[in-house]
Amino acid sequence: MNLIEQATAHYDVERVRQDFPILSTTVRGKRLAFLDTAASSQRPASVIEAIVHYERHLHANVHRGVYELSQKATDAFEAARERVRGFLNARSTREVIFTRGTTESINLVAQSWGRSLQPGDEILISWMEHHANIVPWQMACERSGAILRVIPIDRRGELDLAAFHRLLSPKTRLVAITQVSNSLGTVVPLAEIITAARRNGSLVLVDGAQAVAHQHIDVQALDCDFYAFSSHKLYGPTGMGVLWAREAVLADMPPWQGGGDMIRTVSFEKTTYNELPYRFEAGTPNISGAVGLAAAIDYLESLDIDKVHAHEQALLHYATDALRAIPGLQIIGEATHKAGVISFTLEQVHPHDLGTILDSEGVAVRAGHHCAMPVMEFFGVPATARASFGCYTNREDVDQLIGALHRALEVFG
Amino acid sequence: MDLKDLYRDVILDHNKNPRNFGKLEPCDTSADGHNPLCGDRLTLTLRLEGDTVSDIRFEGKGCAISTASASLMTEAIKGLDERAITALSDVVHRTLTSSTDAAVPEGLGKLAALSGVREYPARVKCASLCWHTLAAALAHRGGSAAVSTE
Repeated sequence: MNLIEQATAHYDVERVRQDFPILSTTVRGKRLAFLDTAASSQRPASVIEAIVHYERHLHANVHRGVYELSQKATDAFEAARERVRGFLNARSTREVIFTRGTTESINLVAQSWGRSLQPGDEILISWMEHHANIVPWQMACERSGAILRVIPIDRRGELDLAAFHRLLSPKTRLVAITQVSNSLGTVVPLAEIITAARRNGSLVLVDGAQAVAHQHIDVQALDCDFYAFSSHKLYGPTGMGVLWAREAVLADMPPWQGGGDMIRTVSFEKTTYNELPYRFEAGTPNISGAVGLAAAIDYLESLDIDKVHAHEQALLHYATDALRAIPGLQIIGEATHKAGVISFTLEQVHPHDLGTILDSEGVAVRAGHHCAMPVMEFFGVPATARASFGCYTNREDVDQLIGALHRALEVFG
Repeated sequence: MDLKDLYRDVILDHNKNPRNFGKLEPCDTSADGHNPLCGDRLTLTLRLEGDTVSDIRFEGKGCAISTASASLMTEAIKGLDERAITALSDVVHRTLTSSTDAAVPEGLGKLAALSGVREYPARVKCASLCWHTLAAALAHRGGSAAVSTE
């Protein structure tokens, strides 16, 4: 028995599936094979119940009222922040900023920290970034005269590390890089990148959207400066996310959005700003979202992330072998280290048609450019179909996908 | 809902063997269409005699629905004048967006094969891309135009 088999032997996916009410629904009269977790994961009943409990019994605005309910809401909200701190192994809750999601987290850094950019400074990203880790930097460069540099990838979907080391220069202020590619599944060798970047004096932002629900994250061990992720890819609610940032870096960053909660005092002559992390949280926050995120972290940790990881790796291998056996099917992204994400094209069938045919068989996959148009261009495809896995994905889901692909070949035969 | 209602034989045939595929050089007007959601791209080139489309070709890359729709469109509009094209385009749009229990409008000919698309709202843009592109080509006669479904 190899390591993966040992770990998955103690993982009862059927038991896990019972925690997710939506998985028992049918679509178009068929069993739902939900293979689009990379776009958004489903929520377990415990997360749904935590949100409902908050809405029914605890809601009031936070950090404001002196009455009991407001205090309870504040306690729940700040307990969620502490939960996130522990989950990421951050030093302090002062480093945990709540946002709307990964996209807003990255925009916060690009707009606030980005104000320190000077003409000629360089931002280094990779070819396999999600648009959310490209466009905010293009905008920051446009504003400041800084230059965006891109680390190339190879045909297997691996990062060109030699090129990365060449591109790193005294002008490189920031390396903004994904931990796991959402379109290719590639796991990026962050340790090497972060070590080199730090030695070079550059800051590092990690887009953890596709990683955070699938492996242990320890921001101190990673030694990055910013870590961004979304709650809804972690079995939590949408409209909720986190920016973790090193306190020393945050301390020098100006506020980005102005409003309530982020201030200490306001007068027309001079406004003083609140302390960390509130300085970066203007307006009434997504309180039930934070509560839901905390419940999602509780849930994921109750499963044991290492076991979830092993389970998803076993599925990745099972699905990769099964897909390779289909005539005309090409897997896009064949890096040595991959997460549970498989992009593919079928020679005879356009990805968009594939998406519709798979849907008619109850199989939910993403068909499109995955917000990674440069990746599609690199591989010379307009779009791919993408199957992605989570803690609840089982072999039956994969088998249903394979069956549906044969149906697509029949229709287009 | 049967998949065969969307992927009818006419659609599959026009996808596999698109009619009027290629480029007219020279042409009197042309337009590029793009559906950013799925990456479909389409270029139409037209020759005109007065108000009448005397010849039309399309090229591009797209899904079966968008390819077949463009192929069927080129066949349907060749020889029609602008008024007739507008009228036909209206009927096609009504068909694509009508409720699934409404009767399919008359006068569509082979284009009626696209009526299954209305069961799949996410695919309507695939079928209508070529018609939007055609409207742009006719509106910007003598030049080149670009449309996007987004």
